[in-house]
Amino acid sequence: MGSRSSHAALIPDEDSLRRETGFSQASLLRLYHRFRALDTNKKGYLSRMDLQQIGALAVNPLGDRIIDSFFPDGSLQVDFPDFVRVLAHFRPADDEDAGLRDPREPEPLNSRMNKLRFAFQLYDLDRDGKISRHEMLQVLRLMVGVQVTEEQLESIAERTVQEADEDGDGAVSFLEFAKEEEENGSGRQLVVSTTVCLKTQLPGRFLVMVISVWNYWKLLGIITTTAFIILL
Amino acid sequence: MSRRGARGPGWGLLLALLLALGVVPRARGVEEQGGTVQGFQVVTFKWHHVQDPYIIALWILVASVAKIGFHLSHKVTSVVPESALLIVLGLVLGGIVWAADHIASFTLTPTVFFFYLLPPIVLDAGYFMPNRLFFGNLGTILLYAVIGTVWNAATTGLSLYGVFLSGLMGDLNIGLLDFLLFGSLIAAVDPVAVLAVFEEVHVNEVLFIIVFGESLLNDAVTVVLYNVFESFVTLGGDNVTGVDCVKGIVSFFVVSLGGTLVGVIFAFLLSLVTRFTKHVRIIEPGFVFVISYLSYLTSEMLSLSAILAITFCGICCQKYVKANISEQSATTVRYTMKMLASGAETIIFMFLGISAVDPLIWKWNTAFVLLTLVFISVYRAIGVVLQTWVLNRYRMVQLEIIDQVVMSYGGLRGAVAYALVVLLDERKVKEKNLFVSTTIIVVFFTVIFQGLTIKPLVQWLKVKKSEHREPKLNEKLHGRAFDHILSAIEDISGQIGHNYLRDKWTNFDRKFLSKILMRRSAQKSRDRILNVFHELNLKDAISYVAEGERRGSLAFIRSPSTDNMVNVDFSTPRPSTVEASVSYLLRENVSAVCLDMQSLEQRRRSIRDTEDMVTHHTLQQYLYKPRQEYKHLYSRHELTPSEDEKQDKEIFHRTMRKRLESFKSAKLGINQNKKAAKLYKRERAQKRRNSSIPNGKLPMENPLHNFIIKEKDLELSDPEEAPDYEAEEMSGGIEFLANVTQDTATDSPSGDTGSDAPLTGRSSPPAAAEKPPAARAPSQPGPAACDPAPPTPVPAPPTPAPARQTTPRTLSRGRGLRRGRGWSAAGCRVRTRVRRRRAVCTAGARSSGPARAAAPRCSSSRLCRRRATRRRTRWSRRRRRCDGCPRALHVVPSTAWSRGPPVRGLE
Repeated sequence: MGSRSSHAALIPDEDSLRRETGFSQASLLRLYHRFRALDTNKKGYLSRMDLQQIGALAVNPLGDRIIDSFFPDGSLQVDFPDFVRVLAHFRPADDEDAGLRDPREPEPLNSRMNKLRFAFQLYDLDRDGKISRHEMLQVLRLMVGVQVTEEQLESIAERTVQEADEDGDGAVSFLEFAKEEEENGSGRQLVVSTTVCLKTQLPGRFLVMVISVWNYWKLLGIITTTAFIILL
Repeated sequence: MSRRGARGPGWGLLLALLLALGVVPRARGVEEQGGTVQGFQVVTFKWHHVQDPYIIALWILVASVAKIGFHLSHKVTSVVPESALLIVLGLVLGGIVWAADHIASFTLTPTVFFFYLLPPIVLDAGYFMPNRLFFGNLGTILLYAVIGTVWNAATTGLSLYGVFLSGLMGDLNIGLLDFLLFGSLIAAVDPVAVLAVFEEVHVNEVLFIIVFGESLLNDAVTVVLYNVFESFVTLGGDNVTGVDCVKGIVSFFVVSLGGTLVGVIFAFLLSLVTRFTKHVRIIEPGFVFVISYLSYLTSEMLSLSAILAITFCGICCQKYVKANISEQSATTVRYTMKMLASGAETIIFMFLGISAVDPLIWKWNTAFVLLTLVFISVYRAIGVVLQTWVLNRYRMVQLEIIDQVVMSYGGLRGAVAYALVVLLDERKVKEKNLFVSTTIIVVFFTVIFQGLTIKPLVQWLKVKKSEHREPKLNEKLHGRAFDHILSAIEDISGQIGHNYLRDKWTNFDRKFLSKILMRRSAQKSRDRILNVFHELNLKDAISYVAEGERRGSLAFIRSPSTDNMVNVDFSTPRPSTVEASVSYLLRENVSAVCLDMQSLEQRRRSIRDTEDMVTHHTLQQYLYKPRQEYKHLYSRHELTPSEDEKQDKEIFHRTMRKRLESFKSAKLGINQNKKAAKLYKRERAQKRRNSSIPNGKLPMENPLHNFIIKEKDLELSDPEEAPDYEAEEMSGGIEFLANVTQDTATDSPSGDTGSDAPLTGRSSPPAAAEKPPAARAPSQPGPAACDPAPPTPVPAPPTPAPARQTTPRTLSRGRGLRRGRGWSAAGCRVRTRVRRRRAVCTAGARSSGPARAAAPRCSSSRLCRRRATRRRTRWSRRRRRCDGCPRALHVVPSTAWSRGPPVRGLE
């Protein structure tokens, strides 16, 4: 498709973005399309409301927390680079070149630690670097059904914090959080299942063709009639 | 099903039963044959008169009863797939019949199969197809369906031919083309069998849709290959020219695309027809079946792929049909479709078994049979691996080894192959019987053996991947959280590819198709609900903030405990105390169950452990499942599980409330000096509201409405992505809105009760059913009923800041959705207290709603405007744009309160 290159040119600062996030050009392009699609008024940035429009997020218990994570420090808009940077956390971590990486370079966004940090920040509402019992309770409350009573929740939160809390300050620090995840492997789960994310744009021209045929049923009609004529 | 050799007497067994039952005297004059009988006979026995339909009905009955029987033992059905059981049952029954009769009277004939049994199954598959998933994986599905099937057919046929040439099979009157013909009919994975088995094996949705879609779409390939090779066989191997081959390839495109086209055209027709069935509700469901069936027959007539036609008819029409037809009709359609499909499937498998008991068709050739089995399994595996290897380079969701194993192993053959092979002409294909018996063996092997083993296999593979151990609390919680995060990120990044095309399609759909195919009421309310919701929230928030501002106590908005309040208690909206207490009891029971478990284990565990276990248990039970896990897939035998909807509902409520909250706090700084007027009145209303809380007066009405409304919104909330599996629920919402709009338009507030029933909808049926009258009844008498102890200076409830209280309550009540902050703060606080008390208290809190509504506010003016315009049957475009949207939403909640007394009073 010719539109490919022209669109690509539209992405501001593409090269550096690619380097920073590790996304391929195709992925970036796809994300850019997505970004544009989400951007309802074509204002060039996304507002909170744009993200809230995504219906599936409304039924995701952590949906709003995640939306919030796109708007750090109370900003009201997120532009494309920032948008991509957030999503870059979820790229599959490339293990193979971990050793080869220049230690002076900042850790890539999709590294394990950064993934965990991202998750951690979803818990840590007040950004004090600790998940307090209260914060844990809030997350819990988001994530369990209404059948569970407040008391139960509190005790669960208490326990969860206790379980991970090593230095006994009644809160989970990031290190404790990371360690916990390290042990349980659910951190790995986050990483592994993210393979899903953002590999490449579907290049299957075949697919695109099929769907455009499906879209433009006129064309479909023409093909069918021609085929009939040939047959007859 | 159909009979060869109509020999009733052979039916000793059934006849006995029939005689026992059927000799009920019937006072009916019967004309007698000849003059043999003199006079009038009170009772005559006319077996031959009813024979055929009677036997058919009996067979259906037997199959259905057998199904009941299977499910008596849960253990059996959880291990052995139903299809296998049915086949075995068929074999047994066939054996009995044959023993009694020595003739195979009943077989599954291609006519019956293709004309009556297959269409309902495929239509069902199409109509309930999770569209988004299907089209999201269309490329993969097509590849497997087309290339995979061709590959299977070619390799199987050629390999068999090769072995045949080597002489291993002995002497057979068979040529290359015959082998290819056989290969083509045995190659196709069968939709009936695959579904029957896969439904019980819980694989992930992508895998499911791929195998399922493949089995549906490969029909075109099978039909074409079959026809091509059959005609080649007829022509004779030497007469086949290159032109014929080219024609064969062309015919593939014609057959598949043509079939699809026929399906789409009929879907269009169907949608169009259902748009105008408003006055013939009762036959609405009939259209769905008849027109879909016509699409099947039409494409059969044109020798196109009938399966594709009816599949796509179902796929394409579902969205519009569900939007157009009434709630009851939708339910009827769903149930009828499931019933037909499930019944047809049962019959198919049973008759597969019965058909096998016929010595005439058996011709055994060990080498041929065994090699066929080996080849189809091996080549399927090879094909899957090769194709997956190619696909994985392009797919975002990789198909892993485990998926490939399941896919290869799940390639079940079924009745389609059998029907096709029976269709063969014995004069042209000399070894037809060998083919038939081999096909039967293959079908039985795949359905019974593979069906039996696939479940353990999947489990075993999965277990191998992650060894089992008791997870820690943190792990459980965080793991779940990560799942949620991931699915949210996927949603944000538009995980499922080709959004560009999808967006285009959505546009096209919205601009043209929906306009033509959907009722006006349905299309109007269909999209942008969420937008409107936000708009409303915005207005709401502004006024709310202004109010709080005025009172100078805004701390509550910023207070960290906002979150607590946000997550308060969605179960409070209850229609009545009775229900509230019932649910209370239920809830208590739930925990009682936990406790029981606990006490059971207690002997063995320390207290600490026990606590742990309870906690785990609670978490396990109540953690919300991530989207991928619970979004249920197509299932032939079950209708939507309500659990998931409930979860969606809950989360949606929370999210919306929370957003509103944060929105308010965001707006806080901005709108400082708005609406300073009407201070006094509001304050008064405020007081009154507070005062009514401890009163504990039960409102009985609105909460449910509130509830329903929200949930409808939820269903509609995703206009862009919904038209798929959620479309089903969507219809409820649309219908609901449609009815409301209609209601409004005709200005018959208490008018047609007919529209009320659909309105209250399916999702909370028991409560909803009785809702409308209940809501209305108490509300008619006037404000007094709901607001009994108005300005009396009752001591404020245990809640501290009055301001805080105002917040939430507003919305839960009379204002309905418009005040989206529906839960009550009072509820939240009380919640932590005694539970029993809570039910009452929140109810009481709610009762204050109408009182609040009585306070003149901006809403009232809006309301009046709405009412004024209501009479117009048509909305001008402009109106729709500027007023319609808010209205659409407005209307939604308004059902709750527009009928209520306060509003009335205002008017």
